[in-house]
Amino acid sequence: MRAFTYTQATDASAALHAALQNPEAKYIGGGTNLVDLMREEVERPNEVIDINALPFSQIEVLPDGGVRLGALARNSHTANHPLVRQRYPVLAQAMLSAASPQLRNLATNAGNLLQRTRCYYFYDTTAPCNKRQPGSGCAAIHGVNRIHAILGTSEQCIATHPSDMAVALAALEAVVQVQGANGTRRIAMEEFHRLPGDHPEQDTTLGRDELITSIDLPALPSTANSLYFKVRERPSFAFALVSVAAVLELEGEQIKNVRLALGGVAHKPWRARTAEEALLGKPATAENFRQAAEAELQTAIAYEHNAFKIELAKRTIVRALLTLAERQLLA
Amino acid sequence: MSFSIDQILRGDIPRVERPPAADPSLVPVRLRVNGQDHDLQLEPRVSLLDALREFIGLTGTKKGCNQGACGACTVLVEGERVNSCLTFAIMHQGKDITTIEGLGTPDALHPLQAAFIEHDGYQCGYCTPGQICSAVAMLKEVEHGDASHVTSDLMATDVQLTDEEIRERMSGNVCRCGAYLGIVDSIRAVYEQQKGQ
Repeated sequence: MRAFTYTQATDASAALHAALQNPEAKYIGGGTNLVDLMREEVERPNEVIDINALPFSQIEVLPDGGVRLGALARNSHTANHPLVRQRYPVLAQAMLSAASPQLRNLATNAGNLLQRTRCYYFYDTTAPCNKRQPGSGCAAIHGVNRIHAILGTSEQCIATHPSDMAVALAALEAVVQVQGANGTRRIAMEEFHRLPGDHPEQDTTLGRDELITSIDLPALPSTANSLYFKVRERPSFAFALVSVAAVLELEGEQIKNVRLALGGVAHKPWRARTAEEALLGKPATAENFRQAAEAELQTAIAYEHNAFKIELAKRTIVRALLTLAERQLLA
Repeated sequence: MSFSIDQILRGDIPRVERPPAADPSLVPVRLRVNGQDHDLQLEPRVSLLDALREFIGLTGTKKGCNQGACGACTVLVEGERVNSCLTFAIMHQGKDITTIEGLGTPDALHPLQAAFIEHDGYQCGYCTPGQICSAVAMLKEVEHGDASHVTSDLMATDVQLTDEEIRERMSGNVCRCGAYLGIVDSIRAVYEQQKGQ
């Protein structure tokens, strides 16, 4: 690991100032991903700015009935907060399905969104990787790509975003609150992470001169029913091969409102708008769910080892929606 | 350095630490471990794990994978379990850090230490300090009503610590000897003992 100087920021403007002064500096929150990346020399900051003393750890109700998740609240505290457990089960489930209890105790909410891909070639500094070293190529496209993306890929990069939390936030239409040198702005979850395109080195639309202060969850109708369904190689402490965050609201047997986001399939949480549009106003049946899933995955591209993800994603969508529909029809 | 596909599929990728820089800039770091203050001179890049083992001499905490995957390095910071390998020591000044040495002694074992002996909760013992620190915090989380991925009712605050719950909640601690049956037995025994009190 490269040696670095350690700076402790006491407020947001000091943190922003320190980062603006040194383009090689990195913020550290929980560090669960950054420390590992530094040890592997994928990240080589010469300064680490500790932002843990900043006042962004609260979880509170917003005036519009939504809930604000502080950027520095820990994943474990967020998942177990009564407001999250009661109002946003999809988020609690997604966060509790991620990593291990020890990691969730360190990991922050903002850091969860900013974690890097777990593509093996991104981690292997001897392999070409356009995300780590723009222009060097992509070892995954013709390499071992079982865990890689099937939607929204480019010739530059087929990495996936590893977060579970972000998938639930996409389905919930969360808003990322950001503070920069020139004030604050709001970024819709769908706009926060990027598709790789020609710039896979950019995971998000967050500027270098910006800090996340909170993630805001809009109020959901009390009738909304939600869940997170995660498929992985083992039932605990593993990244998703495919996951589905789903929110469903029925009126009788008709679908009044549906939100779907997929994890493990793209460079960002994949909001399944095509499937949502196909389902609105339709009866909540397995056949309609399957048709919507087919429509969503129509643009999917398989690589040598990940073709299974296309069918798996379809089936996971159907399973998640059927579970929610049955639950609501029985209630 | 290159790896074969077989190595990658097995996860058998050697992880190499580069030698430290020639001119380390040391900074004073005060850590409170098991109730005792330690004034150290450390490079900021020293992990909490290395500070405990190499600079304070508390070698009960183990280095397994050094990447947050195995849990052998689990310690308690302000009573919460964390991977000490994935955090810098300098970030934990002013906090109460508890290691296996602070939980019990050979003459006065912590109930979980005694239970691991009674129920064969280990074979080689390398993962055991991490398992025990993790279990201590896990039982507090259960008492606090925290849910896990296998908790079926997120609204319920009264957690029933089934074996399935124990396994899920301990999944951050790997045992390569495979002593899981004994580990689950040990934790269940202490849980039932505490519940009975």
